[in-house]
Amino acid sequence: MSTRPALATTARVLAQLRRDPRTLALLLLVPCVLLSLLAWIYDGQPQLFDRVGASLLGIFPFVSMFLVTSVATLRERTSGTLERLLTMPLSKLDLILGYALAFGLVAVVQAVLATALALGPLGLDVLGPWWALLIVAVLDALLGVALGLLVSAFAASEFQAVQFLPAVVLPQVLLCGLLAPRESMAAALEALSDVLPLTYAVDAMQRVTASGDVTGGLVRDLAVVAACVVAALGLGAATLRRRTS
Amino acid sequence: MVNSANAVEVRDLVVRRGGRTVLPGVSCRVARGSVTGLLGPSGCGKSTLLRAVVGVQVVASGQVEVLGLPAGAKALRSRVGYVTQAPSVYGDLTVREDLRYFAAVLGAPARDVDRVLREVGLQDHATSVVARLSGGERARVSLATALLGTPELLVLDEPTVGLDPVLRRDLWSLFAELAGRGVTLIVSSHVMDEAERCERLLLMREGRFLADASPSELRERTGEHDVEAAFLALVDREEAFA
Repeated sequence: MSTRPALATTARVLAQLRRDPRTLALLLLVPCVLLSLLAWIYDGQPQLFDRVGASLLGIFPFVSMFLVTSVATLRERTSGTLERLLTMPLSKLDLILGYALAFGLVAVVQAVLATALALGPLGLDVLGPWWALLIVAVLDALLGVALGLLVSAFAASEFQAVQFLPAVVLPQVLLCGLLAPRESMAAALEALSDVLPLTYAVDAMQRVTASGDVTGGLVRDLAVVAACVVAALGLGAATLRRRTS
Repeated sequence: MVNSANAVEVRDLVVRRGGRTVLPGVSCRVARGSVTGLLGPSGCGKSTLLRAVVGVQVVASGQVEVLGLPAGAKALRSRVGYVTQAPSVYGDLTVREDLRYFAAVLGAPARDVDRVLREVGLQDHATSVVARLSGGERARVSLATALLGTPELLVLDEPTVGLDPVLRRDLWSLFAELAGRGVTLIVSSHVMDEAERCERLLLMREGRFLADASPSELRERTGEHDVEAAFLALVDREEAFA
């Protein structure tokens, strides 16, 4: 691969997003609205908001980025542009990285907005430094981008693509330790949760909440999430097919 | 092999799609620097053959060689321009943004964008959003994309469908001009009257070639004056033998 086609793809995807301000607004604002709603629900129980708020600060951007990217390559396929692009000097990884970079930028803006809102007006209290919270939020949103692009390659229709949210995302939300501590789950479920990437994303959030230091555990969690991002993007590129029947 | 006289050489190509044999084993050659018309009714296998030539079609058996290389080879990706049957451009971008993106992917110079806009007669629509153009205009944006850079082979799947006659005439002269510069063009159509514009005709029906001839040879062989009548004569003849 070379950088030119990938960066051109990033610029093109961003130009498309600029022409679609409603999608952009939904992407940036929905996590903020949900966090505000959560703070309101726990009004009067700030310690509960501190515990759950940080985890959901990781989950909301993850979900919204997953959803938007899961239709990305599907759109390319139905418009015929994917077939044209694959006859041109553009590697499959160029295309996926171009998308990842464009939505990655959106993910960064989204995570910055949500984190600033949570720590500022909503009064989320965490023991760890604010920048650690931000890094985790950005990485969680990037995980959403990468997994969305990966499943996008498998979706043959919009109906299938949107069903990947309950199929791929909700089990991870159920098992990540938010609803029940992972230690209290049946051994099989705990083992399953050990191999799901969102587990590490939420675990990282809880570590930032509970400790003032950047611990080795936090660094390990972030490394796992980053590795999952890279693996999902690589797999996403590998599953695109130049030749179709 | 790289300098072979044929731009495209198809040998015993078999393609199956969804359990149906679309191409049961076809062979053909396309000379360099020519305009070849691939004519036949809708559903006869034209698009499948063209997809095989650009290397995006899964083939069951047979060989497709393009500019001396196997179809779909990496080295061909900047040398072959392809227009799919449905316009394949981004509807939410402007015409210029669309072309600029594809030019960047190809590594073609930015000034190419203005050249191809002129060639397809869209210079006045450069800042229009593609989705708001008419079907014919969108088809021309798609065609303009294939003209970016310096393609040696252009594979055009029904590029003139739905266009007004003046525009169709202009595009056919552009095709002839390109062929004069040494570019090879394969242009498919289900409109038989476009045949006169081609040096060579491949008439196709139900996945097989009825004829591979020049328009005048076709007239001589069938005694008919236009290609549609010649097509019918060939079908009748084949059925009489069957």
